[in-house]
Amino acid sequence: MAAAATMMFGQEQMISSNNDMAPDWTSKEVSTGTTIMAVEYDGGVVVGADSRTTTGAYIANRVTDKLTPIHDRIFCCRSGSAADTQAIADMVTYQLGFHSIELDELPKVETAANLFKASCYRYREELTAGIIVAGWDKRRGGQVYSVPIGGMCVRQQVSIGGSGSSYIYGFMDANYKPGMTKEQCMELVTNAVSLAMERDGSSGGVVRLAAISESGVERRVILGGQLPKFFTH
Amino acid sequence: MATLSVSRAPLGGFSFENCKRNAVLEADSAKLGSSVPAARKTGTTICGIVFKDGIVLGADTRATEGMIVADKNCSKIHYISPNIYCCGAGTAADTEMTTQIISSNLELHGLSTGRLPRVATANRMLKQMLFRYQGYIGAALVLGGVDCMGPHLYSIYPHGSTDKLPYVTMGSGSLAAMAVFEDRYKPDMEEEEAKRLVRDAIAGGIFNDLGSGSNIDLCVITKGNVDYIRPHDEANKKGVRTGDYKYKKGTTGVLTKVITHLNLDTVGEHVQTMDTS
Repeated sequence: MAAAATMMFGQEQMISSNNDMAPDWTSKEVSTGTTIMAVEYDGGVVVGADSRTTTGAYIANRVTDKLTPIHDRIFCCRSGSAADTQAIADMVTYQLGFHSIELDELPKVETAANLFKASCYRYREELTAGIIVAGWDKRRGGQVYSVPIGGMCVRQQVSIGGSGSSYIYGFMDANYKPGMTKEQCMELVTNAVSLAMERDGSSGGVVRLAAISESGVERRVILGGQLPKFFTH
Repeated sequence: MATLSVSRAPLGGFSFENCKRNAVLEADSAKLGSSVPAARKTGTTICGIVFKDGIVLGADTRATEGMIVADKNCSKIHYISPNIYCCGAGTAADTEMTTQIISSNLELHGLSTGRLPRVATANRMLKQMLFRYQGYIGAALVLGGVDCMGPHLYSIYPHGSTDKLPYVTMGSGSLAAMAVFEDRYKPDMEEEEAKRLVRDAIAGGIFNDLGSGSNIDLCVITKGNVDYIRPHDEANKKGVRTGDYKYKKGTTGVLTKVITHLNLDTVGEHVQTMDTS
């Protein structure tokens, strides 16, 4: 019995009956295929994401907001399974909100990152969640923490994630320089996400941006027609 | 007395052991050539939109068991609370029971808060329950309602992810319905225009998807009022037969007639009244 149990572990999807009337997107799990990224600048962070959520080959939501506020000055970018990342983000929002009330001050970005890491690492076998935590706090200013699948947590100045990120590693290496201004960061993120959306089938829609600093959060949406165009062929 | 095993704290959470067993049984029965009885699914087209004064929810009425129509007129728009209704696609039993459980919990919650429940609350309860069951509850829902903050519409997937949008479709006919929405949806429509749009979207699913069919049900929710229109459109009325295969009396001629009497005597009689109260 134990042998049969371990053999079946990786085949949970077999439970849903093969109904030939229902296409694959009625049984596939909802995934944020995605391109997400976050960049630190002096005084805050800029986060950006595409807006496509897919079930198999069907786009379930073409205007998704993958930049989820966790606290007043802390956001997280979600990639992977939509259900897993929404559930984790809801849990961390609650835990961080409670912690902040106990402290009676704004929570540290590192705290939020560690809360994500705790859930993502403990349930690493069951979850598919790649998360970038970014925000501003008074101790260290703008910070970006990457919590990829598996549950590691590392601080980086720039972090990219999601299926579309593979296409822009070279672009980021060539174009990111430390010491950029907020507007330069916004432009870099817009360009990078647009390039990734162009090449990755699981990314698309609009580009959502948010700039987080001590004074507040500025949110922008770049609609399809206004996306930067890079090639004319 | 020495114990033979180290005592462990009872493991919390759910045991999915039976799911692994079921998968093995499914594979074994497939090898023998027989198939597992299919759960009754609502093949389905369901959808919802936000219009000027509130929400319009729509659904078809066909329930299928494999390739057979099990119910030609089932009700897929479920009551959650006086101001919130929920359409359900996927496994019929799962959508029925899930919506009933959340409806019951919301009523208790409302008694505790003293307020009319909010759609966001129903959404939270549904998504947290579905996530807990990791997608094994096959319920794909369109949740809509009007509360103190205005009209709200959510789509909820079996694994527990939700999207808050101005128009949503779910079920096997969702692509056909979404095509109609993407073409004709406008923000702040009037009620009649909204009802026409939802009716056309469901009709798109009924006539182009094999898993959806029969009639179109509508539910219009506005502040302080709910119109549960069942059916809104009987798109597939059963046709009237123009011919009859019965033979008229006298078609076959009678050649001979033999009557044999059965002589029976009553031996005894006992009367037992049935309790029909």
